[in-house]
Amino acid sequence: MKRSVFYDFIKGFIEENPTFRLVIGMCPTLAVTTSVVNGFWMGLSVIFVLVFANVFVSLLRKVTPDEIRLPVFVILIATPVVIVELVMKAYLPAMYEILGIFVPLIVVNCIIIARAEAFAFKHPVLNSFADGLGIGSGFTANLILISAIREFLGTGQITVGSFRFPQAPLFEPAAVMLTPPGGFICLGLLMAILNVLLARRERKMKAQAV
Amino acid sequence: MTERLVVSPSPHWKTDKTVSGLMLDVVVALMPAVLASVVFFGWRALTIILTSVSSAVISEAVYEKAVKREVTIKDYSAVITGILLAMNMPPGVPLWMPAIGSAFAIVVAKQIFGGLGYNFVNPALAGRAFLMAAWPLHMTRDWLAPGFFGGVDATSSATPLAVLKGAPGGTLPGIWDMLLGNRAGCLGETSVIAILMGGIYLIWKEVIDPRIPLGFIGTVFVLTWVFGKPGALFQGNAIYHILSGGLFLGAFFMATDYVTSPVTSKGRLLMGIGCGVITVLIRLWGGYPEGVSYSILLMNLVTPLIDRAMVPRYYGWKHEARKEKTL
Repeated sequence: MKRSVFYDFIKGFIEENPTFRLVIGMCPTLAVTTSVVNGFWMGLSVIFVLVFANVFVSLLRKVTPDEIRLPVFVILIATPVVIVELVMKAYLPAMYEILGIFVPLIVVNCIIIARAEAFAFKHPVLNSFADGLGIGSGFTANLILISAIREFLGTGQITVGSFRFPQAPLFEPAAVMLTPPGGFICLGLLMAILNVLLARRERKMKAQAV
Repeated sequence: MTERLVVSPSPHWKTDKTVSGLMLDVVVALMPAVLASVVFFGWRALTIILTSVSSAVISEAVYEKAVKREVTIKDYSAVITGILLAMNMPPGVPLWMPAIGSAFAIVVAKQIFGGLGYNFVNPALAGRAFLMAAWPLHMTRDWLAPGFFGGVDATSSATPLAVLKGAPGGTLPGIWDMLLGNRAGCLGETSVIAILMGGIYLIWKEVIDPRIPLGFIGTVFVLTWVFGKPGALFQGNAIYHILSGGLFLGAFFMATDYVTSPVTSKGRLLMGIGCGVITVLIRLWGGYPEGVSYSILLMNLVTPLIDRAMVPRYYGWKHEARKEKTL
């Protein structure tokens, strides 16, 4: 059965949303989502690593012996991570200071190894590319959503470079949203809302089918 | 009479107690403390309490309507959460804080977990912990010096616990003021006598089990007496420690919450002692001056474990048999 390349891309946003549906990649989700800028760059790094790793795992899937596939995956994942790390250090040193240890830690981000093992190792290159791009973009969208909520509630405004919205905080910011408990609360509530919406949609589709 | 025979499994002992009846008893028992807060902190106290209660009741009704659950605001449990949260706030807080705190307590700590009977921690305390983490400055600085009926001094004043922990510029109020409630502190925690009146009423009505408050307060008394003074044993200011902070309020009204405290007698005693130990650990060696709310929250979390460890022996079973049964 040939899967649609477009479906492999689009499924990363809702059906197989890494954060809310597969519940993987939680460490960076909770750790770096204190501001929209952090979330955006973290997401971009993950997209690059994921696409790179997926494509090469898929290219080499016929010549990789099953027994040593994990070491092979790790090498294929570590390579783009080092690229991201060095590029970020060179061109975005300020962002590298903030993201710090979480950039090299992308190598053990379970989204990437999960996609390599569960998808890229079994599917053609084009589908794997679409899967990496889709799951990575879904992940980035989640990071931006969570960090927007946390930054807005925790600091009273969203700051991107010199752009501020709103200009001055409208309310007294709740410091808790910038702390790990705030991250868990925000993540849990978003996950609950998404589950409610999906369950409702499923019920409607079932009702129509009957 | 023969038609009246009901064939049913045990228990056969029936009571006319109802959820709303028990909750109403708690509301009644809280009234002396509410009155005392108005006496000592003026009408501002009443506005905080009313804001908190209305926010709790409205959030409960709105959430239950939204998820199409039966609306349970008539059982008074949301009213109690609102009053208790207000009792846990400094008198100088802005009014949006009780409103947000109560909404958080009801929606996140209680309703999302399934409503009354399913919440794993006391909702009022969860609301307080959230406010404490979100706006720590308001929760720890908006103290007011008490005065009779609105004669409230607008300057903030250190609480006795902060003084005990070495806060600068504070003096300890006299024992009599501590008992009456004429001191700085959260709304409902200052008047020990008012809380005791409510607590004794609840014990007399058999709403709460005295083991939890007695175990809690007794443990704090003994431990602060033994370890209260740094560098010397058995010289701590135990009387001040049990009279200050939210100890009486927490011990009588919050640690005894049915949903989040153990069901067996032994378990309840253990709950009280555990709360006492954690409170003293936080007060004497922790970063915060007060530890009552966190101690109750932590013991709420281990309540299911206590219940499992203390399953009563089945009638006619031996101890080993019980072990097999539970494993």
